[in-house]
Amino acid sequence: MALDVFAPWDDPNAKPLIQFRNVTKRFGDFTAIDDLTVDIFEKEFFALLGPSGCGKTTMMRMLAGFETPTEGQIILAGQDIGPVPPNKRATNMMFQSYALFPHLSIWENIAFGLKRDKMPKDQIGERVEEMLRLTRLEKFARRKPHQISGGQRQRVALARSLAKAPKLLLLDEPLGALDKKLRQETQFELMDIQETTGTTFVIVTHDQEEAMTVASRVAVMDHGQIVQVSTPDVIYEAPNSTYVADFIGDVNLISGKADPRGERLHMHWAEGQPAVVGSPLDGAAKGQDLHYAIRPEKVSISAEKPENAANAIQGEVHDIAYLGNISTYHVQLPGGQIIKAQSANNRRISRRAFTWEDKVWLSWTDTAGVFLER
Amino acid sequence: MRRMTWFNVTSLTLGFAFLYLPMLILIIFSFNESKLVTVWAGFSTKWYGEVLRNTAFLDAAWVTVKVAFISSCLATILGTMAAIVMVRAGRFKGRTLFSGMIYAPMVMPEVITGLSLLLLFISLGMDRGVFTIVLAHTTFAMCYVSVVVSSRLVSFDQSLEEAALDLGCSPVQAFRLVTLPIIAPAVISGWLLAFTLSLDDLVIASFTSGPSATTLPMKIWSSVRLGVSPEINALSTIMILVVAIGVITASLINKRNVVRQRREEAAAEKLA
Ligand SMILES: Nc1ncnc2c1ncn2[C@@H]1O[C@H](COP(=O)(O)OP(=O)(O)OP(=O)(O)O)[C@@H](O)[C@H]1O
Ligand SMILES: [Mg+2]
Repeated sequence: MALDVFAPWDDPNAKPLIQFRNVTKRFGDFTAIDDLTVDIFEKEFFALLGPSGCGKTTMMRMLAGFETPTEGQIILAGQDIGPVPPNKRATNMMFQSYALFPHLSIWENIAFGLKRDKMPKDQIGERVEEMLRLTRLEKFARRKPHQISGGQRQRVALARSLAKAPKLLLLDEPLGALDKKLRQETQFELMDIQETTGTTFVIVTHDQEEAMTVASRVAVMDHGQIVQVSTPDVIYEAPNSTYVADFIGDVNLISGKADPRGERLHMHWAEGQPAVVGSPLDGAAKGQDLHYAIRPEKVSISAEKPENAANAIQGEVHDIAYLGNISTYHVQLPGGQIIKAQSANNRRISRRAFTWEDKVWLSWTDTAGVFLER
Repeated sequence: MRRMTWFNVTSLTLGFAFLYLPMLILIIFSFNESKLVTVWAGFSTKWYGEVLRNTAFLDAAWVTVKVAFISSCLATILGTMAAIVMVRAGRFKGRTLFSGMIYAPMVMPEVITGLSLLLLFISLGMDRGVFTIVLAHTTFAMCYVSVVVSSRLVSFDQSLEEAALDLGCSPVQAFRLVTLPIIAPAVISGWLLAFTLSLDDLVIASFTSGPSATTLPMKIWSSVRLGVSPEINALSTIMILVVAIGVITASLINKRNVVRQRREEAAAEKLA
């Protein structure tokens, strides 16, 4: 295993492949992308994550050349690509709507871009076969797009954009229509392709688990802006805002007032309850409004009050969500707030430790959660 | 299906009779042995023979076909271009006015279209003949083509063309390899429509033709003024046939496409 971690974004000398410089895109008086600046490096697997309508597709379309920024520049390999038309860009895009050519067979759809490159016939054939194998579409090569299923169509779109082995590949929700198993396989396939070809991927997804699996970095977007861009583990463990914490995975959010005490930051959040204790937050002043985010799997649940736990609160089991491998307990605190705690089901369900309306203790360490200012 | 009431049957019969009885009579009498148009004297195809031996008719027919072919091709090219611009241009100021102006010749009385074209040709000092009829027919058939093509283009997924560009096509290639094959049925039926419109136009052709060029409808019209002969009936029957074939083919092409589109949509929905 390679020891030097792939992290060009931490290297001040690394040259980014793509730079968005204060890019704004307006449609009429609607701002779809709002003064966005971000660097994407070569060989990255860059995931865009965000709610519907936040501008993910618009960013992709600007990279592919179908939209021009209203303000700002997009630099690709040191060159401002504003004036470069889509057919002259070394990028390929997989469309959210697939955009398969209905009058051409699957085979011809995949070969379309290769033919434009004047590739010799036998090489085209080989390449198309390779793509068909990769996406498991061999059987459907002769069919027309309307004769295959939605998931198969999605794979054709993927194969078509991969076929030209572009420098930059833009995937707009590439795996949304696939079932879970095929999706996971394709995810690993994509990562393999990425490793062998060194292609830079920008991928849009609604599925945060997918973003976590494949991406080298994740950008969480909201209303045309990037709220946080970081590696998946940082996004998950150290979100910079409640928005990111809430968007990625499941989270408990508690609001209260700051009370810095040297090494530890306390937060008072309810009358008669112990303060939440955690690592300090820079610049948090006494009495300031704060939020505390903690993931359910970091909250332990027990019948007795645990000793030496930095945080321990008593509550009552309100609801139990059984998810097979894990269970999520919704525990109601005396103030009415619900805190979720997850525990692995290493016993059969009939021998579960807690049931509805049991009094339980929730506890977590002082490094388990994070304080957030907004 | 609901049962036909008496009233429905009667009105249907009357309606169809009203529409097609005149043509039916014309067709029947084109097979009349007698020279007298209104007296039946037995079945014969001799008037068809007469028509084919009449060089004036044949010349006129040749002019008509030539005009129809050239003008429908020009109208198809221009009409398709107009449709693309109208559908693609998006919103701009005066768009409605602009698209209205493209369709205006459809509702304009032919006499006015013909007259204005005549005045234009005179003021330009153009010799009137086949060329001017072609121009005139192109003008008025173009808007029909553009209506047919733009109705198809509206449902054309723009991202297909973007995908073609993305895969390395120049805009022209993208149009030729992706857009055109997909809208081809509409373009073809537009062409057929233009062709048939040109075939049976009398008014505009009369205004814009010169002594050197007489189209078949003009020829028929002028001979009818000297009295209807069975020969004219035969000629008209042939024209009805040609026009009918054109119109039916155009609508079949269109219909087949609509059906296919529906089926594809249905299939896609089922899968989604
Ligand atoms: N051509 C356009 N004209 C006007 N508004 C547009 C246009 N394209 C996109 N928008 C708007 O810009 C915003 C961002 O759209 P975009 O397609 O980038 O969203 P998205 O993040 O990809 O959403 P989704 O996850 O649903 O695909 C949306 O509010 C959309 O309505
Ligand atoms: Mg989108």
